[in-house]
Amino acid sequence: MSALEVEDVGFSYGARRALDGVGFSVPAGHFCALLGPNGAGKSTLIALLSRLYDLQQGDIRVAGHSLRQQPRLALRQLGVVFQQSTLDLDLSVEQNLRYHAALHGMPRQLAAARIDEELARQNLGERRRDPVRALNGGHRRRVEIARALLHRPRLLLLDEASAGLDPASRLALNRHVRALCREQGLSVLWTTHLLDEVEADDDLLVLHQGQLVTHGSAHEIAGQNGLAEAFHALTVGGAARTTATGDGVGAHGAPYKDSSAGRP
Amino acid sequence: MNAYWECLRGIVLREWLRFVLQRSRFLSALVRPLLWLLVFAAGFRAALGIAIIAPYDTYITYETYIVPGLACMILLFNGMQGSLSMVYDREMGSMRVLLTSPLPRAFLLAAKLLATALVSLLQVYAFLAIAWLYGVQPPAWGLLAALPALLLAALLLSALGLLLSNGIRQLENFAGVMNFVIFPLFFLSSALYPLWKMRESSEWLYWLCALNPFSHAVELVRFALYERFNPLAFAVCLGLTALFALLAVLSFNPQHAALRKAG
Repeated sequence: MSALEVEDVGFSYGARRALDGVGFSVPAGHFCALLGPNGAGKSTLIALLSRLYDLQQGDIRVAGHSLRQQPRLALRQLGVVFQQSTLDLDLSVEQNLRYHAALHGMPRQLAAARIDEELARQNLGERRRDPVRALNGGHRRRVEIARALLHRPRLLLLDEASAGLDPASRLALNRHVRALCREQGLSVLWTTHLLDEVEADDDLLVLHQGQLVTHGSAHEIAGQNGLAEAFHALTVGGAARTTATGDGVGAHGAPYKDSSAGRP
Repeated sequence: MNAYWECLRGIVLREWLRFVLQRSRFLSALVRPLLWLLVFAAGFRAALGIAIIAPYDTYITYETYIVPGLACMILLFNGMQGSLSMVYDREMGSMRVLLTSPLPRAFLLAAKLLATALVSLLQVYAFLAIAWLYGVQPPAWGLLAALPALLLAALLLSALGLLLSNGIRQLENFAGVMNFVIFPLFFLSSALYPLWKMRESSEWLYWLCALNPFSHAVELVRFALYERFNPLAFAVCLGLTALFALLAVLSFNPQHAALRKAG
């Protein structure tokens, strides 16, 4: 079963069409990068996926549960890290996590055990009593990831989670989420507008002007000439709907980051 | 059921922690009613004679008269501010987190309204303590009896705030709320002057004040503070709280705010 299935989703802000017939799926245990320039419709899609907005057209299923028919079951299977930090800065790391566990109706003992476990996994055990305000950007993101995983979701949604981080923290965060994906069989939808966060083995979706202009594996979409060129061609040079064929779409440009050697 | 309890507990605990940790927020919420009590009331006491009116048994000072109204003013400001932030701060985060909870949205909103109301009560009692030291001393049992009255008033005003924020575009900032909601509700009420005084000036102003839900909240609290029960005020507050909360939850839709911004 796919962790996420998006079916013919459309959304309009009044007369402005923000998403149009978007459909894709994220298989269990896959890292899927959703790439799009600013204004492509990524934030709207995230708002729909996290049920902030109601679906106007189409359907979304998380671990088989329809957001229309069984929203509460779907939300149980979903962990979200929003683009802007959603932590309470004055509360401690642990208090933030406890609040999230409570929102999911988790019994306190179970919550305490999960918090220990997640903080240890994120190497944040020693910072648990620190106010979030005292943490740097990279650590705050880790707290948000720990929080998003407390209720053991099948799908982790990260909306430009690396925005505002320095390059080293950005890389560390990206690697960290990939490790979670590999080790726990977690499915990840990682939205970004930064090409260097995409690796060769990733499933890649490119969103442009509210439409999914291509989807497939990153190395297929990149072809011979690199992802930068392919992305440019898709989002600037023309927005024809494409499915990756292995030939790529661009002619020149820097190659995407090929880190497949480091993967199991 | 346990999940609901844990969730409610978590939401209330978070509001409490935020309140405790943000002392400046607490102090600024106290400054406003204290200014009214210590400065405005001092200046006005000579100008405004208060006859003996229920629930008071004797002549009272003007300061004594306005304390229940000022206590409700704290609830009014907090309720409006809290509800406004529930509608317009969603993009900023805390509401987004709240709404990813798998529990029903109506429950989450009600829990949030309750949590805001409970924290407001702490501010009200801090204000009543200072008023006590200043010389406005309702009976001790009255202070206890006022607790459920204040809670109902707080819920009423938060629910009204959420309903208005959902529906009225002009309320997207606090200045709009001040001008179009808080000031009219506060001044067209029995908070600062007994309604018979208002009737002497204008019959239609009197009726506006008499119909204002805030007047009923103030009177409910005023009566409770002096160990009296005001059944009309109670019925109006209870009925309107249920109605406003229901309408607020039904009309709560995060994308409305986004659509308004876009439109």
